Amino acid sequence: MTEFLYPPTRTPEKRPDVLTASQTVGPFFHYMLTPHDYPTRQLFTNDLTENGVAGDRIVIEGRVTDGDGEAVPDAVIEIWQADSQGRYAHPDDKRGPASNNFRGFGRSATDKDGVFKFVTVKPGAVPGVNGATQAPHIAVNVLGRGMLIHLVTRIYFEGEATNATDGILALVPAERRSTLIARRDTKNPSLYRFDIRLQGDGETVFFDV
Amino acid sequence: MADVYRREGTIVHPKSLFADYRSTVKRAPQQPKIIIPQTLTEATGPVYGHESVTDSEADLTRQHDGEPLGERITVSGRVLDENGRPVPNTLLEVWQANAGGRYVHERDQHPAPLDPNFTGAGRVVTDAEGRYKFVTIKPGAYPWRNHNNAWRPAHIHFSLFGPSFLTRIVTQMYFPGDPLFPYDPIYNGITDEKARQALIALFDWDNTTPEWALGYRFDIVLRGRNATPTEEPHHD
Repeated sequence: MTEFLYPPTRTPEKRPDVLTASQTVGPFFHYMLTPHDYPTRQLFTNDLTENGVAGDRIVIEGRVTDGDGEAVPDAVIEIWQADSQGRYAHPDDKRGPASNNFRGFGRSATDKDGVFKFVTVKPGAVPGVNGATQAPHIAVNVLGRGMLIHLVTRIYFEGEATNATDGILALVPAERRSTLIARRDTKNPSLYRFDIRLQGDGETVFFDV
Repeated sequence: MADVYRREGTIVHPKSLFADYRSTVKRAPQQPKIIIPQTLTEATGPVYGHESVTDSEADLTRQHDGEPLGERITVSGRVLDENGRPVPNTLLEVWQANAGGRYVHERDQHPAPLDPNFTGAGRVVTDAEGRYKFVTIKPGAYPWRNHNNAWRPAHIHFSLFGPSFLTRIVTQMYFPGDPLFPYDPIYNGITDEKARQALIALFDWDNTTPEWALGYRFDIVLRGRNATPTEEPHHD
């Protein structure tokens, strides 16, 4: 190493040749990722309607539990979805811009009881593979302490006729499909419940994408 | 639509279950993941927030009235995709412990001092060549309760989006020569040696500033699209 005592050399330009590997988000992410209780400026919230958007307002609430059924109080849930017309706020959606400033992304930490919550609009149907149409759904990332890589799942909605023809749901064994379907609250029709079980009985279906 | 983003590189990621990291044992799914085709849902992702990030957010040493304690460093690098192409205009969020190994977090119980001049949270957006740069303080190692005498190697947490839901990654950057690597189950949850090494920043002479700060370089590679993408059938 001492060959570089007063180096005229430059730091080697070595292009990394492997994908950057995932690591756990750890228990102490809140003051950066979900800083509402800290002075850090917040970029993302759990309210996707805050800019005023068109569509049916819904609330999605759920609880993250581990293999013992215990609450996971140090997870962060991210959602990505189309607007009420089924359009993504992204340049690769060539069908046109999403409506009314809808940005489609939300982030919620779980609380001490493992509960997360989003305020959003019901997404429209979006294109699937080979010209098919997908049932309304929301893409989900689950990150947390004890999770070396995030898990990917989807939220579908109870009562949607197109769930029966959705190409992704069709890949899921019938007896496990219910883990992907948010249940409408019997008293409050704008409230959906979507629990995430990381392991064991009723384990949520997670995807390899 | 055929696969849009490459899958083969993803084998470098740790498995969900790595028993030496005890917290994975009850949090790793037992059922195999179900392979699904990539649709417009996965090929798109959030592209906002980036526009409102200010330059000052990339300097973690200027967030309070005084200078933080510890060793001032710069961390810079490039965000690339698997095809070696730069990933411009992508958001990086970072968070870390202070020089004493203590987080500004209500649940951090480590009896090291908090630094009133250091919060440890920053953001930056990559430029047209995929470059980014932070100014910060080298974080300290800290103990945790995973196993007897468990200490985390010094690290900075990185969160990146990239252009799609599939390029999202949360990772940790480590420092060269840390003696704690062989004892850390989070670092060793990555079994691929090259992938492990890639999480260790390089000492960066070019970006070391005389009389002011040591430089480290940390390049990040996100998933890329297939080199020859299959055309999506038109359906208007």
